Amino acid sequence: MFASILTSAIRFSTIFTLGSTGETLTEKSGNLNLGIPGIMCAGAIGGIIGENVYIQSLSSISQMTAFGAIVTPLIFSMIFSGFLGAFYCLLTVTLKCNQNVTGLAITTFGAGLLSLLGNRIDKTGFAQASLYFTDGMDFASKLGGFGQVVFSHGFMVYFAIIVAIIVAVIIKRTRTGLSLQAVGENPATADAAGLSVTNYKYAATVIGSMIAGFGGVFYIFDYLGGSIEYTIEAYGWLAIAIVIFSVWKPNLGIFSSLIFGFLYILPYYTQVNFAQMELIKMVPYAVTILVLIVTSIMNRKESQPPAALGLTYFREER
Amino acid sequence: MAKVKANKTPLVRVSKRTDISGWKALGIRAIAFVAALVVGGIVTAILVEGNPFKFYSYLFTGTFGTPRRIWKLLQDLAMLLLISLAVTPAFKMRFWNIGAEGQALVGVLAAGAMIYYIGDSVPNGVLILIMAAAAIVAGIIWAVIPGIFKAYFNTNETLFTLMMNYVAMCLVNYFINIWVTSGSGVLGVLADGHFPVIGNQPQILTVIIVAVITVLVAIYLSRSKHGYELSVVGESENTARYIGINVKKVIIRTMVLSGALCGMVGLLLVGGIHYTVTADLVGGTGFTAILVSWLAKFNPIYMVATSFLVTFLNQGATFAADAYRLGGSFSDIIVGLFFFAIIACEFFINYKVSFNLKSKKNEAKKAEDAVESEVKEEVQG
Repeated sequence: MFASILTSAIRFSTIFTLGSTGETLTEKSGNLNLGIPGIMCAGAIGGIIGENVYIQSLSSISQMTAFGAIVTPLIFSMIFSGFLGAFYCLLTVTLKCNQNVTGLAITTFGAGLLSLLGNRIDKTGFAQASLYFTDGMDFASKLGGFGQVVFSHGFMVYFAIIVAIIVAVIIKRTRTGLSLQAVGENPATADAAGLSVTNYKYAATVIGSMIAGFGGVFYIFDYLGGSIEYTIEAYGWLAIAIVIFSVWKPNLGIFSSLIFGFLYILPYYTQVNFAQMELIKMVPYAVTILVLIVTSIMNRKESQPPAALGLTYFREER
Repeated sequence: MAKVKANKTPLVRVSKRTDISGWKALGIRAIAFVAALVVGGIVTAILVEGNPFKFYSYLFTGTFGTPRRIWKLLQDLAMLLLISLAVTPAFKMRFWNIGAEGQALVGVLAAGAMIYYIGDSVPNGVLILIMAAAAIVAGIIWAVIPGIFKAYFNTNETLFTLMMNYVAMCLVNYFINIWVTSGSGVLGVLADGHFPVIGNQPQILTVIIVAVITVLVAIYLSRSKHGYELSVVGESENTARYIGINVKKVIIRTMVLSGALCGMVGLLLVGGIHYTVTADLVGGTGFTAILVSWLAKFNPIYMVATSFLVTFLNQGATFAADAYRLGGSFSDIIVGLFFFAIIACEFFINYKVSFNLKSKKNEAKKAEDAVESEVKEEVQG
């Protein structure tokens, strides 16, 4: 029983891991991208369009290969989510508009795009394509319960964890990462030190958006097995909560995502009524608020948001 | 370290401008609005492969076609305006309250709870007063908690208020599931606590209340000491402290006002419009309000115009989507496009862009000349 909850929690947490890793990377550059829920939706619709294009290009569904069925949607997803990320930067970095306002507009747009186009696209062959996403490792069943929990998942579950670790290492251990943090903490100083604030912000936001966009692809093709649901926006907001919960550290984000994923699916496995279910759903948000309060009261430098988070940088204004 | 490129004038130079005339600013915004409409028309034409001009006529018939639609437009306009007014004082203080959605929702919940628990035992007039008090207090509580933490511990208010939205949503669902024993999760229309109807049009009362509040908020922001203090805090907290403004007090006081107005939104939604409680009763207007308020430069009078535009586009595009059978999300896209255009156009209002084409050419020519003379020297040498 517990093993099966844990298995689904690990699987479900992937959407949070990808979303929060992407958002953490973005926020480290000082961009509070509230458009991430919309960007995850855009990533999902990119994946759907990519898969559709791939399936249409085949003369029959039986010709489908794992490579094409996986790579085409991922590339399309990167184009869609990367484009929205770049558009966010165009507005907030180049055109110096308010980040909150821009982010909210992107979320409205992205969520609208998913439900508008999602309904209209032919989804024949999606169920078959999704098998390539959900396929676990062969030896999973041989290892009994442990194998089931750890190795039975599709490749994107592991991909998400690896990406989160890589991003964590880059942010903390490399020169690029430290420069990125400098941009997020104090862009004027970074600028004076000769770093291109604009380039760092664009790169971090676009790459972060692409990572978050994969979360949308994962949800559609792995978790839902090729059908469409429009709840991705809500998961995007939770991903932003996880960024706070994990105090801007993607490696902690993996575990935070697991906790959130666990809490999110827990009501479906327990004998609670609808009212109690709502209370369990409330826990992740309440705990996030608690983390936010505690970190701000303790006022430790390591667990603060980037100092310039949410502020636009204009060189002539310092 | 990046190499510093010396002596190179950038192609495009951006500088801040403060001297733009009102008409020119308005003109830029009008161009952006028209651009958004054109893009909207093109998107529609691609999606439905039909006459793009039909889309524009749908926009108007959907909003002004019948008296009923006009009343709906006015009512939605009033609600969006009220919630935009609610977030405005906080925004002017640079307190990014994105929790208006949740603050209005707890107002809805409080008003609904009063009807549910004491609706039968008190007369309607008393009930409405109790509902109003409950909704406003609930809104204040939801807004002031992040305000207090911001004031004393500098807790990030954007993220705090965002999370409070979801707590409110879960709370509403929790109570609905307690009240509705059938398990359907739908409360249905509540019998008591309806606002009086003026002149056979239930929307009139809402419109009047919002109009009065608009004027009051405008006066509060531009003519009162409080309004002055909060704009000083917004401009520079250090200046505010220096001239003896109690910043903590201003933050908390402003959030109380914000929350109270959001509570009013919840009250009007329950008592004047829907007569029921659902988790999506506020329906995202708390987020749209942020955009509306920002576009109006936090000016309550301009806000009437911006909330009109947004409501008009939303209702018109929803009507067009129905006519084309495109589904409800179509209006989100049209409104999203509108926001992008307007957000982007603010740049051209606030900043001046000058191109250095000429100097660049000169520079290139100078460089060429230099190379030429060098070559000549070498040849001669």
